Amino acid sequence: MSTETQAVEEVVKEREPLFSKKNRKLITNPLDADNPITVQVLGVCSALAVTVKLIPTLYMCISVLFVLVFSNVAISLLRNVIPGRIRIIVQLLVVASLVAVVDQVLQAYAYDVSKQLSVFVGLIITNCIIMGRLEAFALANKPGPALMDAIGNGLGYAAILIPVAFFRELLGSGSLFGFNILGEGYPGNGVMMSPVGACIVLGLLIWFQRSRNGYTEEA
Amino acid sequence: MGIVENYLNIGIKSIFVDNMIFAYFLGMCSYLAVSKKIGTAVGLGMAVTFVLLITVPLNWLAYNFIIKEGALTWLNGLGVSTSFADFSTVNLEVLKFIIFIAVVAAFVQLTEMVVEKLSPALYNALGIFLPLIAVNCSILGAALFLPGKEFAFGESVVYGLGSGIGWFLAVVALAAIREKLSYSNVPKGLRGLGITFITVGLMAFAFLSFIGFKLPFGE
Repeated sequence: MSTETQAVEEVVKEREPLFSKKNRKLITNPLDADNPITVQVLGVCSALAVTVKLIPTLYMCISVLFVLVFSNVAISLLRNVIPGRIRIIVQLLVVASLVAVVDQVLQAYAYDVSKQLSVFVGLIITNCIIMGRLEAFALANKPGPALMDAIGNGLGYAAILIPVAFFRELLGSGSLFGFNILGEGYPGNGVMMSPVGACIVLGLLIWFQRSRNGYTEEA
Repeated sequence: MGIVENYLNIGIKSIFVDNMIFAYFLGMCSYLAVSKKIGTAVGLGMAVTFVLLITVPLNWLAYNFIIKEGALTWLNGLGVSTSFADFSTVNLEVLKFIIFIAVVAAFVQLTEMVVEKLSPALYNALGIFLPLIAVNCSILGAALFLPGKEFAFGESVVYGLGSGIGWFLAVVALAAIREKLSYSNVPKGLRGLGITFITVGLMAFAFLSFIGFKLPFGE
């Protein structure tokens, strides 16, 4: 698991502007070269499970972004008072409280989507991106960079989920955002709707991304 | 249908039909991270099975005696007058995420400490995987599926064990395939993660054939 502590190299100077060059990099890196799903291999469960249709995927991305931002900042603020031995429990409780909020909001304002996402809203708690970033970044950095890191990784997560959902919905049910695109005659493709399609689309997407940026992995 | 047949049915269903990996993609992060070698895959698979076997029944108890609407009715028997506090109408569904994850995290931490004290050999084999398990989606996922399944206590034990065995089988099978795969000439960008996803997709395809599988002991 690639969650080794990645402290920002030199000690961050006092009063560094929030959008300094280094902080901007914290946002742009996870979009491609250090993507949470395709490079760090975190948060894969939900990437495969919720991407059947675009609309639930969007809700999922927003929920993950929300939880990631608030938990990263909260843990970063608490980083000096959390005892090392029980830090996982503390992190999980912070994240679980935020997820309970998201779940209640979704049930109140987007009931259908919350039914479609079913257990996967709750599973944001154990979404490895969140725990991974808390462990690797928030515990070692100030709230400002932690905020940037959270936004970057949340967007990086969306940058993979949305293309996967796009292809799965288009090829699986011939529609986008619920609007029919490929015409009434399109028979639909059961494999794309099933988990199998998710794996294969994601595998090909990784192939595309890596042949573009030249990243290779020893087999 | 006798009680043994019922248990066998639930066991078979949770191992093959509702396989944690191939049907729900739960626990994918650690699944992908530790499936490079059969040895580590067996270690993590055993740890997951053990934790599922214990935490699913624990969470069943938590759900049925604390969280569910009316679950706290037993508090009325303690002698507090119902006009003062009527516990039979209390519904703590809002707190279920926090309670479930607290049970899981506390149990994992406790197991780690006990195993460390009692059996250093087992700790060396299993220990490094235990902290990973608190954030393994399959553990929390199994707990979150419980309310929808309306099991009795015994059934929840079988369900926990079956889900664990299913996860174990999946991780060992993938590790075996990846060990062979390392001798193949895979296109550069597809090496590592990409081809692994496609392999998992094809394995999930094979497991799709269990859907519609007639349970051997009747309904």
